[in-house]
This record gives sequence, C-alpha cells and structure tokens, in this order.
Amino acid sequence: MELVLGRRRRLADQVMRGLCTAAGFGGAGILLLLLAHVVVNGISALSPQLVTELPTPLGVPGGGLAHAVVGSAIIVGLACLWGIPLGIGAGIYLAEYAGPGVGTVVRFMADVLSGVPSIVLGIFGYTIIVTQMGGFSGLAGAFALGVITLPIIARTTEEVLRLVPGELREASLALGVPRWRTILRIVVPTASTGMITGTMLAVARIAGETAPLIFTTLGNNFWSSDPTRPMAAMTLTIFQYAIWPYEYLHQQAWAASLLLMTVVLLINVIVRLASRSYGPR
Amino acid sequence: MRCFGYPFKQAYPEQDQMESTASPERTPSPTPNLNALLRTGRWRWGDTVFRVVVSGTAASIVLGVILLVITMFEAGLAALIAFGPSFVWSTVWNPVSQVFGVLPAVYGTIATSALALVLAVPVGIGAAIFLAELAPRWLSNPISFLIEMLAAIPSVIIGFWGLFVVVPLVRQVEAPLGRVLGVIPMFSGPAYGIGLLAAGVVLAIMILPILTAVARDVLRAVPTSQREAMLALGATRWETIARAVVPYARSGIVGATILALGRALGETLAVSMVIGNTFQVSPSLFAPATTLASLIATQFREADTALYLSALIAAGFVLFVITMLVNVVARILVWKLTVQSVEV
Repeated sequence: MELVLGRRRRLADQVMRGLCTAAGFGGAGILLLLLAHVVVNGISALSPQLVTELPTPLGVPGGGLAHAVVGSAIIVGLACLWGIPLGIGAGIYLAEYAGPGVGTVVRFMADVLSGVPSIVLGIFGYTIIVTQMGGFSGLAGAFALGVITLPIIARTTEEVLRLVPGELREASLALGVPRWRTILRIVVPTASTGMITGTMLAVARIAGETAPLIFTTLGNNFWSSDPTRPMAAMTLTIFQYAIWPYEYLHQQAWAASLLLMTVVLLINVIVRLASRSYGPR
Repeated sequence: MRCFGYPFKQAYPEQDQMESTASPERTPSPTPNLNALLRTGRWRWGDTVFRVVVSGTAASIVLGVILLVITMFEAGLAALIAFGPSFVWSTVWNPVSQVFGVLPAVYGTIATSALALVLAVPVGIGAAIFLAELAPRWLSNPISFLIEMLAAIPSVIIGFWGLFVVVPLVRQVEAPLGRVLGVIPMFSGPAYGIGLLAAGVVLAIMILPILTAVARDVLRAVPTSQREAMLALGATRWETIARAVVPYARSGIVGATILALGRALGETLAVSMVIGNTFQVSPSLFAPATTLASLIATQFREADTALYLSALIAAGFVLFVITMLVNVVARILVWKLTVQSVEV
C-alpha cells in the first residue's frame, strides 16, 4: 500500500487534513480569544455599583448602568409578553390546523420574517409605533424585538409539536376530550421542553439585539422605567460607550458586555444541556 | 396527498367527519342528563374559539410581513419619488443640499459581504470537514459547541471587540500588504485599519458559525457507502472527502453559504463600528466605507428633515429587497441542486 500510494497523493492528503484541522481549531479559537478579551477587560470594572448606580455626568469617572440593566429587562420582558404567546399560537396553528396551502404561505412568511435584517425591523417599529405614538418609547422597542421572536418561536413550536405521536392525540380524542383541550392538555405539555428551548433561544437572541432599538427606544442616560418614553438598554449603552473617547466608559462597556454575554451564553448552554437529555436518543 | 415532506401533517384525519356522524348516536348513558349535553355544547364552542385564536396568531405573521412592506415603502416613497432610479445609482449623499443616492452604501454592503464570504467559506467548510470527517467524537463535540456559541454572542460585543482587537490587527497587516502589492488598486492607500477589510473580517467571524454548523450537518448526512466505495478503490482520506463526500453534499453547502450571505448583508452594529462610515466608492480594501445598514443606523438620529428620513427608510427598503432576493435565489438554487443530485 505504501508503495502504491504516490508521494504526491500522500502529501496532498496530509496537507489538506492538516488545513481542515487548523480551520476547526481556528474557529473555536476565535471564540476563546473573544471570551478571554471580554472577561479580562470586563472583570476589572465589574462591581456592584455597575448595576445599582446611574451614570455620572459625561467625563466624570464612576457611576453605573442601572438604568440600562432595568431598561433592557423591561423591553425584553414586554417583547416576550406579546411575542411568545403569538409565536406559540402560530406554531400550534401550523402543526395542528394548517392545511397544505395556508400552511405553506404562513411558513413562507415566517421564513421571510426571520430573514429580514434586524435593522429593517427597527424601521418597521419606527413607522408603525413611533410615528403613531408621536415619540420614541420602550414599547416600540418591545414591538420590534417581539417581531424578531415571532418566526423563531413559531417554527420551533411547530417542529416539536410534530414530534408528538399521533396516537396520543387519538387516545385523548377517543376519550371524548375536545380538540382544543387535547392540544392544550396533552400535545403541548408533551412537547413543552422543546417549546421552552426555542423560546429561550429567542429571548437570548433579542437580549443581544441593538439595531432595532436605535429606531424605537432611542436610549437615554437617565433613570427611566416608563415604557411609554425613551429607555436605555444594555446593548445601546455598549454601542454608545464604545465610540466615546473616555477610558472609564470603555471599561464600563466591557463590564456590560461581560454581563450581557454571560446571560446570553448561560441561556444557550442550559438550552443545549436540556435539549440533549430531551432530544433524539 | 400530503407530500410536503411532513410525516404526519394531519394529526386528526377524519375527526371532523367523526364528530358530525357520531354525535346523534352519542347518548348511550342510561340517564341522558341535560348537563352533559350542555357541556358538550360548550366544548364545541371552545373548539371554535381556540381555532379562531390560533389562526389569528398565524395570520398576524402574514399580516406583519405585508404591513412591513407597505409601511416601509410608504415611508420611503417620498425619497424614491424625488430621486427616482438615481436614488440607487447616484453616489451623492448630501443632507445639506438634500440630495440622496445610495450607490456607495450598496457597494459597501456587497463588498463587505463578498469579502466575508471569501474569508469565511474556506475556513468554515474546512472546519466542517474536520468536525464531520476527521475528528473523533470526543474532540468534535466540544469544538462544534464552541463554534456554535460564537453565533450567540451579541453583535454589538463582536463589534466592540472588533474595534479594539481586529482593527489594530488589520492595520498591521495592511501596511506590509500595501508595500508589497500596492500597485494593485485593491491594496493601495493608507492603512487606517478601519475600513472595508476590517468589516469583512468581522463579518467573516460572525457568519463562520452558521456556515460551519450547516455544512457539518450536511456532510454528516452523506451516506457511509459513499466513503466506503471511494476508500475501497484505494483513495486517500482527502481524495474521498474531496471527490465523494463534498460533491454529494454540495447543495447543502451552497445553501449554507447563501444563508450566511443573507446574514452578512443585514448585519448592522458590528459593521458600523469598524467600517469607518465614510460615504465613498473606493477600489481599495483599506479605505473606509459604509453599508446600507450602517448608513441607516449612524445617520438616523441626524435626520432632521422629512426627505432625509424618507431617504434613510428608502435605503432600508433597498436593503430589504436585496436580502429578499438573496433568500429567494438561495431557495431556488438549493432546490435545483437537490433535484440534480437526486438525478445523479
């Protein structure tokens, strides 16, 4: 075999395998580099006052990002409030009711929506909510973020509901349980782990979104828990601080990045572990 | 009948019929009380309500997309009417004289995305080959996990990191590159660091996870017999991968690439932080530029006239149309290639 195999072929084999291996390790290495950089830079500015205090006047070191933490939580919470029920409802419709024609249309539209750049959804929030309400607001941001969750939740819900065996539905219907109760009491609970997984991924996704918020919540530097007015958000604050030429603001932005990244990665890791124990054996 | 690739689309095959035919005979209990009948009546009512509610949520998605297109078109119409086709072809973007054309931004969008693909596709497919074909399970699982987690990082953080890490790095690469290859317009000009090249690198990092993950799954789905046949003929591992496995999976790989392209086109924050936001068309990769998304994001707050705002929204509409075209082309291409590979 050694003799038959030409030297050139063997060399090509080894070189290409080496390159592919390098690509694999390189891809993983980028994440590790990024993580390391954010952790190293963020940990020094990470302190309790970051999440309890408000920003100081520009140029005066100190202060915190309490307004942004609260703003992000409120905006994401409001987005979930309308995005999750609507997404799950659409998923149930697609899995349990939709005929081939209507189903294809809804599925296509959901795919279109998930392909729309998030900044375009921000403009959508602006034209629909901001211009109607006469001003920027946390609500408009929650609207734009909710639109992002819709197709993600709808499609994952549909997929996991399809995995529920038809026998379960038939058994329930045979006992005289109406269809809607069958869906809510039998089908949905059976698929709940998968549905929670998809929902959490959507939440992690919108927690890190910035572009839609630029047009909707606008951001501000003061305490604001009123969602009908402009609100601060973690991502908007990182974006602003990164560009301003103050070292202490950069440090706070790194710390905020660290916080945000921890939350988002934690959700992803939990979801990963949960779906591993739930997924195909 | 249900041939859309879904195994059991109809969960309730003849339920409607069953209900209508069976209900008259459904009174076998010795004491047919009014309560039970009332309850069945109310349950039916519940079915209708539930169906209407759930259909309504599904309709909201369709309605949302339609509304999105209409309102954006309406808001951008003023600029589209004022400048006509020159809105897309003109290179002048002057808020002072109220003249707007987005060609440089369109150029920047396409150039950065193309650059990102050039950088990310070889690495992504190489990594996918490593994960699917070469690495043992204990190694491929954690590496897949790390690469996929890269996709979860918020783009603003990648942009921030890019500004402080990638940009200086790119600047260091640009200087010698310019000295050696400076005659070629592509590599000419001063090395700012900030510019098309930095944006391309950051975008490449951002699309690498999706590219790798999809390509890996597609490669894993290639039947083992393909590999065995090639290996039995005396081919090396690489020859097997390059001639039997990758060609078999090409439709999926093309799909993954175009999916990644769609992402790259619409990416806003990370790009706007490293591209320099300069409105110009320059052949040099080192030059600062702008993309449609970053143009909108950075100038939105400065839009003080109705026409200016309308022009920005129209730019968003152009971006929307471009990404939709890419997605549609992706679908058609994947569909065609799948049909071909089945025929072969």
